[in-house]
Amino acid sequence: MNYLVQAWQWLLDPANASGPNGIGARTLEHLSYTLVATAIACLVGIPVGYAIGHAHRGRTVVVASTGAARALPTLGVVTLFGLAFGIGLTAPMVAFVLLALPSVLAGAYSGIEGVPADVVDAARAMGMTEWQILVRVEVPLGLPLLLGGIRSSALQVLATATLAAYVGAGGLGRFLFLGLKTQNYPMMLAASIVVVGLAIGAELTFELVDRLARRGLPTGRAGLASSVVGT
Amino acid sequence: MTWVLDNLSTILGAGWAHLWLALPAIVISFLVAVPIAYLANRYRWSRFTVLLAAALLYAIPSLPLFIVLPLVLGTPVRSTTNVIAALGLYGVALMVRYAADALDAVEPDTLLAATAMGYGATRRFLSVQLPLAGPALLAGVRVLSVSTVSLVPVSALLGVNSLGLLLTDGFQRGIVAEVLAGIVATVVVALAVDLGLVALGRLVLPWERARTARSSRKAPAPVEVAA
Repeated sequence: MNYLVQAWQWLLDPANASGPNGIGARTLEHLSYTLVATAIACLVGIPVGYAIGHAHRGRTVVVASTGAARALPTLGVVTLFGLAFGIGLTAPMVAFVLLALPSVLAGAYSGIEGVPADVVDAARAMGMTEWQILVRVEVPLGLPLLLGGIRSSALQVLATATLAAYVGAGGLGRFLFLGLKTQNYPMMLAASIVVVGLAIGAELTFELVDRLARRGLPTGRAGLASSVVGT
Repeated sequence: MTWVLDNLSTILGAGWAHLWLALPAIVISFLVAVPIAYLANRYRWSRFTVLLAAALLYAIPSLPLFIVLPLVLGTPVRSTTNVIAALGLYGVALMVRYAADALDAVEPDTLLAATAMGYGATRRFLSVQLPLAGPALLAGVRVLSVSTVSLVPVSALLGVNSLGLLLTDGFQRGIVAEVLAGIVATVVVALAVDLGLVALGRLVLPWERARTARSSRKAPAPVEVAA
């Protein structure tokens, strides 16, 4: 409990809050790593996932890559790229994108794959081109699963971004590694509290957005059909 | 490759330590998560609350948890108890959802039939619901075991012995072969535990094997989108 009080005092100390090495700046860094890595993963993963989902080919690739990515130790990927690219942001960023990619890929792919075949056939019978089927039928219907995938990769990167500091980049992990080396438990605990708060806040925000988005969506097969006509 | 051959005993020792951090955590997670899931399934509100709490717990980043937990438990940061407890917490958070879904998927009519035959709540759970939920539970435990094994290396940042030490040591000394060996060995441990679980599944759920053989594996495995 004593540590907790000290950690709280450390957090409230204005000297630790501002400046380029302050909690504020490090939190922003942490969030920007998360955003950039997730965005890159989306840029790569969504087109590939859509292509696989629409063509109904390459399913094994998605399943295998998501499975393999789960088995890979993140710390190993970060340190391996750290040795390859040297100290800095490149190594952790590449590692985070690799981490985020499988969930986005699986979300994009399974959203399209999950669209009932008769809905796609109906669209084709109405004279839609393959491109129109993808953009106007499959993509809107697959959106909830895609968002789920993006959500889990963002949360995963947010949780792992502390490791960036191990190979010399910034983020909230800085305080953890500095604290480990100098046996500064209050600082480590304070930074941990901020990271945990950030992660839980992000999870709750995603949950809220998800609920609000779902409220407007029709459900069931009848709803599926009407939402296709509506778009 | 020469590095691997020269340091084979180090790798094996670290791999063994790795296994003995992961295995207790996996067993504890399973034993704790299943009763929680059973109780949570009783009411809508309890299921909602427990699953939300599990999702939030799982969202906690691992490195901070490894640091915070000893202060809560009063154990030294570098003790294996601390690491197993942290891994166990994640495991429970992950497994509760799978277990709740697995138990929920058992046909209600079957449970009613068991009650009508005079089964009490405990016996009905142990001899009807649990075996029927077995295959789905096994699928959950397999995900649990892989994620636990791949989470262990983070504890090396605190100085706890596992294959993660190959990663930190290799990085600090600039030995690519050592880092690669650490990654490959971690994946190998994960695969070994997974194979062990599959074998255990065949032993404990023999009827499942007969059924998959008959249905000639028509149903494709679901793609994992972690909710």
